[in-house]
Formats: sequence, structure tokens, C-alpha cells
Amino acid sequence: MAKRKQGAGDLNRHLPALIGRRIFAAATSLAFVIVTVFAITNILPGDATDALLGQGATPQAIAAMRHDLGLDRSVFLRFWLWLWGVLHGQFGYSLLNGLPVADAIRPRLHNSLLLAGASAAVAVPVSLFLGITSAIWKDTLYDRAVSVLTLGMVSVPEFVIGTMAVYVFAVRLHVLPALADVASVHSIGQFLRAFFMPVASLALVTLAQMVRMTRAAMADTLSAPYIEMALLKGVGPARLILVHAIPNAIGPIVNAVALSLSSLLGGVVVIEVVFTYPGIAGLMVDAVSSRDVPTVQACALVFCLTYLLLTTFADIVTILSLPRGRKA
Amino acid sequence: MVATIQVDNLEIVGRRGRGAELPIVRNVSFSVARGEMLALIGESGSGKTTVALSLLGHIRSGCRISGGTIRVAGYEVTALTAQERRSMRGRVISYVAQNAGSAFNPALAIMRQVVEPALVHHILPRRDLEARAIALFRALALPEPETIGERYPGELSGGQLQRLMAAMALMTDPEVVVFDEPTTALDVTTQIEVLAAFKSVLAERGVTGVYVTHDLSVVAQIADHAIVLKDGAVREAGTVSKILFQPQDLYSQALLAAAEPCSRQSEGVEAPEQQSVLDVRDLVVGYGRSTSAGLPEKVIVNHVSFSVPKGGMLGVIGESGCGKSTLARAISGLQPWSAGELLLNGVALSGNVTDRAPEQRRRLQLVAQNADSVLNPSKTIGNTLERAVRFYSGLRGEAAARRVSELLEMVQLSPALATRLPSELSGGQKQRINFARALAADPQIVLCDEITAALDTVVAAAILDLMKELQRDLGLAFIFITHDLHALQSICERVAVLYAGQVVEVGPAAALGEGFHHPYTRLLHDSVPLMEPGWLEETRLRRLAETMPATLPNPSSADAGLCCFLTRCPDRVAGLCDRIAPPVRSVVHGPRVLCHLPASIRPEFSS
Repeated sequence: MAKRKQGAGDLNRHLPALIGRRIFAAATSLAFVIVTVFAITNILPGDATDALLGQGATPQAIAAMRHDLGLDRSVFLRFWLWLWGVLHGQFGYSLLNGLPVADAIRPRLHNSLLLAGASAAVAVPVSLFLGITSAIWKDTLYDRAVSVLTLGMVSVPEFVIGTMAVYVFAVRLHVLPALADVASVHSIGQFLRAFFMPVASLALVTLAQMVRMTRAAMADTLSAPYIEMALLKGVGPARLILVHAIPNAIGPIVNAVALSLSSLLGGVVVIEVVFTYPGIAGLMVDAVSSRDVPTVQACALVFCLTYLLLTTFADIVTILSLPRGRKA
Repeated sequence: MVATIQVDNLEIVGRRGRGAELPIVRNVSFSVARGEMLALIGESGSGKTTVALSLLGHIRSGCRISGGTIRVAGYEVTALTAQERRSMRGRVISYVAQNAGSAFNPALAIMRQVVEPALVHHILPRRDLEARAIALFRALALPEPETIGERYPGELSGGQLQRLMAAMALMTDPEVVVFDEPTTALDVTTQIEVLAAFKSVLAERGVTGVYVTHDLSVVAQIADHAIVLKDGAVREAGTVSKILFQPQDLYSQALLAAAEPCSRQSEGVEAPEQQSVLDVRDLVVGYGRSTSAGLPEKVIVNHVSFSVPKGGMLGVIGESGCGKSTLARAISGLQPWSAGELLLNGVALSGNVTDRAPEQRRRLQLVAQNADSVLNPSKTIGNTLERAVRFYSGLRGEAAARRVSELLEMVQLSPALATRLPSELSGGQKQRINFARALAADPQIVLCDEITAALDTVVAAAILDLMKELQRDLGLAFIFITHDLHALQSICERVAVLYAGQVVEVGPAAALGEGFHHPYTRLLHDSVPLMEPGWLEETRLRRLAETMPATLPNPSSADAGLCCFLTRCPDRVAGLCDRIAPPVRSVVHGPRVLCHLPASIRPEFSS
């Protein structure tokens, strides 16, 4: 007996260690990402001087400009200066207009988070509902219909869905605006009009994966012997799902949701461009075409950081949802 | 008197995937009078669990009741609506599942699950139910009855969970309890405690029971009546004594014959050569970081030594968690060891299978417990065996095919099976293929890890016969790792008894029932149920009479190298066993035992 109690003590000791290890792994990834982002943006051929001065610039003008922008310093020195700034929330100055990158990013990030958040707010409840119900009514017509529809959705790229939506609702039916004009949103009606198409397109593409993962996790739990046992105890269907099944399926489900949300980030880039939505992805695309390296670096970092946060969160939830006494 | 359970002409059909409906249960009728226990005896696939579950109105998906009626305690189960069925389940009739480890929800505390059947039927408020549960825990002899309910299933042992499940079944004071192989997954030493606890609680409450099992000695202990099922049909029904002692049906007779402990030791065989093929010397295997002494943090196999003579058969027995499987993994080179050595024909083997010479690997083969997980489901038997033949002997084409046929004949299967997939074979056939794969290497010694554990009695008996024949015909040596004492005794010449990672006794297998043995060996031997009604009570009484000596002042046996069986030993001597590490003692022509007792035997301190 004493031995088993000690086992439970081990567990309490292990849990923070497990989570600590996961956070350490995330921090390591982040360090790696920081170096990679800087390295890649510096390997890219050409720099901002080409874009600013055009092709007819004299070598002297280019050299002078490079000196002004600090581009003639060594890569290592530039990396340390940049890193120092990043650690202080200072991403440098845009090479295009000389304004702080952080100031340019802030409102754009806000808009992107709004779009991603609205999409998640639609996609998560809908997919949980569809996933759980299709696991309960497994192999019925309903289950098959959900499965076919979600599979269909996941196979269509988001730019096709977005473009199709614009064509149908804006160009043909004239019921919704083709551009998401965020600046002029002052009422709920305007918000819905501006956000309906981008949110719906984004939600549709992330929905499929979440529905399928939720269904798999739930179906797996529902086939466990303890579910049959609960049934044989006379437990009703609502209690069976809420008390017996969901606590065991929640780990894999949250994991699937967090991973799907991180794939939402990729979708945001495409959707923002399709709807000319003033988000961080649009900013990044513009910065790439004008070789505004500090802005590109900052945007890339923001995307990577969000992705890391979501996946780390998913893993920590999985660790926490492991049943007691089963933790490795 | 009206029977509590009355089943008439029950027919259940089921389908696999989109196939046609096939009968699973055919024309089954039986009745159980109030307060009696009926045993449903059968092998896997006999439909015994399907019949048992149908009593609760539960039919697994893909199956349906196609005819007949079931009446339980005044309810016509076959005519109930879903709502009525739910109200009956857990209240009038309850169920004890085979594997309590997986039948308890891992995410919920035990108490919540135990009171649930009574709670969902609104029998009493939660507080009163918890008091009732604690009383039941006490009646079922569970440790720390007050607080055990706060624990989670992953924190408790199999025997404890099985008793907790019985407590859960009894919470609502049901009229009928269905037990589905409730002790099959337990060690014999635990099984006897659980059976005794079940029996006394059931008798006290006058519960009517149905007990599903394949173990005839358990039937003898617990049931009044029995029916024998095969392929979904009743082969024989009657009182337990009639079925066990005067079986009429041929199939019942075959079942009994397979369960009867029999010796497969042939008298005429010359004594195996004394030269050993495999020597295990002071092997230490464990997990975790190594300590300053170079030993692992958690020792699983603790200084184990034994040897297997050429052409000999050594049995290794012990309860779950004693280190049997770790030992098998170490010998086969899948789990490196921290200390000690392993010699094959006198040559040291590496702890890592990839560092062993091909010739060494060929000579030592492993047959794993679960044939399903070893055979590639998408390769035909011929493919699997041919690959092994090619790998070990380099034969190709025609010659390889001939060798495959030879191997199949060696394990008494038709060479025509070579074109089949593993899924088209029965459990026993798959285990034979598993053997054939090992034989393809033309080994000297075969390590068999619980190879009969997943098989039905009759099939397992045939596999044991096969092992004995291979030993005789090919001069193969075997290490047979098992928890089944009867199986071990029927084929092995020598036995090593493993407890808490230590070999507490090595000796001749035939003499286990007599003479001097380690106290744990005795406990193990006496816990194997005999096919005699009343055995359970007698054994329990005898155990109670052996009053445990006064508790010892908290010995930490692991640290001091004291006897590993100290805390459970009925014969321990205060001042000796809790102070000094036990010596190795040996009996002339008998076992070598790791024990202080009795002092009259000459100790033989191994240096």
C-alpha cells in the first residue's frame, strides 16, 4: 500500500516536471525560430535599397543608403542589435517609411486576431457538435453526410472558397461587399456584413479537420469497456456522454482543436489577401514585395510565436487530461 | 416456485461488417432459482458472454435477439423499452466485467463510479450511498475501506479493482448479479481471496447469480448448477457435481480432460544431458538512472541465476509484476541488463540483440505471448515463414518452399495453410505458426513467454503437447515462462519460482506439492484451485488457522537485502528474517531455496 501511495506522490512531482519540459522545448524552438527568421531574411537576394532607389541608382547612392540603414554592418552585429531590440519589444524601423515596425504591426495584429478569433468562435463549437454527434450516431446516414461534407471542404483550398464566395455573393448577388472594410464598421449589422465571407471561408476550411479528429477521439472513447459498463449500470445517454465519455476524450479533442487553430494562421494569410483585409498577413505580403526586412522579420516572428503558443497549449492540456495514475 | 431467471429458446444473430447474419446463440434455455448460482461454461466464441449480457437486455452492436424470451426477476427483458431497460439495469440486475482494469472509467474517482448505479436510480442520497459503499468495501476485505474510494483506477491493483467492481454491482441490492470471468485476469494467490469475498457476500445477501467462466475448478467452488456452451448451443446442463464428475456430453468430457492436471513427462526419455545450453548468472535488470553502485534505480530482475540443460525444459513461474516478462526481454536481448551475464553454450551474450552474432541469434529464439501482434496481418503464412527461412538458412525458391512445408508439418499444420492470411486462422493455429517461425532458425533453445495464456484450455493443452514433442524429436531446450502452475508441471523438468524479481526457489517441477519449499512456492501451489467442491472453504480455513506472526518493526527489506517475501510470509521469524538476508539452502535431490527455514537444512552460501 505504502508503495502505491508513493506512486501518487511521484505523480505530483512529475507533473510540473512534464509541463516544465514541454515549455523548455517550446522555448528552444522559439530560439531556433528567431535565428532562422533572421538568417532566412538575410539570405534573400537583394535588399531594400534596390526597392527604394530603383534599377537606375548609382553605386554611390546605394552605398550611402546602405550605410544609413545600417546594412553595411556585419551580419553578426546586425543580429545582436536586432535580437536586443526584439527582447525589448522593439522590432526596428520600417525600411520604407522609417516608422517603428511595432507601431505598424499593432493595429494589423489586432485585426488579424479579430478575424481568427471570430473564425474560431464559429468553427470550434460547430465542429465539436458535429464531431461528437457523428461519433454517437456512428455509421448512420448523418455520420456519413457529415463525413462526406467535411472531407469535401478540407480538399478545397481556402482561396477557392474565398474567391467563389466573392463571385457568388458580391459579384452576382450583390448582397455582401467584396472587400472587408474594417474601418467603417460601427454597428453589428456592418460587422456581420464585413466579416461574414472571410470568417465563413476560414471557418469552413478549419472545420473539417476538427470534426474528423473530434469524431475519432470520441468514437474511440465510446468503444471503451467502461462505457459499456456505464450502460449496464443503467446510466442514461446524456450522463453517459457528459460524465463518462467527454472527460476521457477531452485531451485529444483539445489537442486537435489547438492544432487546427494553428493551421488557421496559414488560412488567414490567404483570406486576408483575397478580401484585402487589413491584417498582419497583408502587411507581411506587402513587406515581402518591398523587401522591408524588419517588418518581414517581425511578422514572421509573430506568426511563429502564435503557432508555438497554440501547440504548446495543446500539449499541456493533453498532459493535464491524462487520468491519474496513468501518467508516464 | 418461480425461477428468478428464466430463459427460453433464446436465439441471437450477428453479422460481421456487411456479411450475412449468422447465428451466435442457438436455442438456449435455462432457469436459475432464487439464491442459486449458475455457471455458464464455454471457450472463447461459445457465446457465453453474449448470453450473459442479454440477461441485462444488452446486445453488442451488430447483433440482435432473433427469438426466444428472457425473464429476470419478473421483468420480461426481451419486451422492455429502452427507458424500462435502463431502469432495470444496475438496479434489479447488475454486472461484474471480466477486466475491472478497463471497465472502470480512468478519469473518475472510484467512489463516484461505485455509487453511480444507485445514484442514477435515485435509491438513496449520495451521503448514505457512500456509507453503504464503505460497508461493502469492508465486507469485501478491501484495504483502507474509508479512503479507497478517493483513489483512481490507475492507482489500484487488479484484485482490488475486481472487488471494487463487485461492490459496485451490489450497491443497489440487486436480485441478480452477472459475473463475466471476474477472476480470469488475476493471479491465483489473489483469485482465492476474491472468490472467497464474492462467495460470502453473495450468500449473505441471497443474491441470484450467473457466473461466466472457462475455468472448471472455479465452477466447482462457486456454482450450484452449470451449463456447457459450444458454438452458441447448450451441450449439457445439470448440477455442478454431475457436470464435473459424470459428464455425458463428449465436448464436456473433452473440456474436463484438458483441465485435468496431467503429466506429459514421458518415462522412457533419458535424463537430459547435464551440459547446459543457457546460463543466467546474477542477472540484474531494471529501469531508471543507475545508482552509485551501478545498479538501476528501479530493479525489476534482482540477481537472478539459473541454467537450462541441453534439451531440457525449465519453467519460470511467478505472479504478475514479478519480473517474468522483463527477464524474457533481457534474455532475448531486447532489454539490456545492468549486471551479471548470460552464457549461450558457455559464450557470453551481449545484452543488445543487435550486437549478438547471427549464429547466436539463430540459436536462441523467442515465441511471444500474442501471436496476433507478431504475425504481419497483410502477409500470408507462407510469406512470413519463407522470409524467416531465407534469413536464417539462405534457402531460396523451391528449397525454401519445401522448408516451409516441412516447418508447417513440424507444428502439425497442413502445408496448404501457407496461402492463408493470419486473420483466417484460429488462435491455436496462429500460435503454431509463431512456433514454426522460431523453428525456421533451427534453434537450440526457445524462450516461450506466456504462450498459452490467451488460448482456450483444449487448445492450450495441444500446444503443450507440441512443445513436448519438439523437445523429444528435435532435442530443443525450452524456457517456459508462465503463471499457470498446472501447465508448467505437466511439461517442465525443472522450475524457477520468481518473486519480486528474485528466484526464491529452483528445483524439480514434479516435487512442487511435497517436501520442503519456499513459503511463497507453497502459497502459490496451494492457491491453484482444485476441481473439488469445498476446496475454497478448506483452504481459507487453513489459511486463517495459520495465524500471522506479530507484525515486524517496519522492515525495509529492499534496502537491507532481506527476504523479499517477508511481509507476506506466514512462517517468518522475528529477529531473524527481519534482520539477516536469507541464505541459499538446498535439499538433497530437491530444490535450492532462498530462505532461513527450516534451520535443519544445510545452508549453502553461494559466494
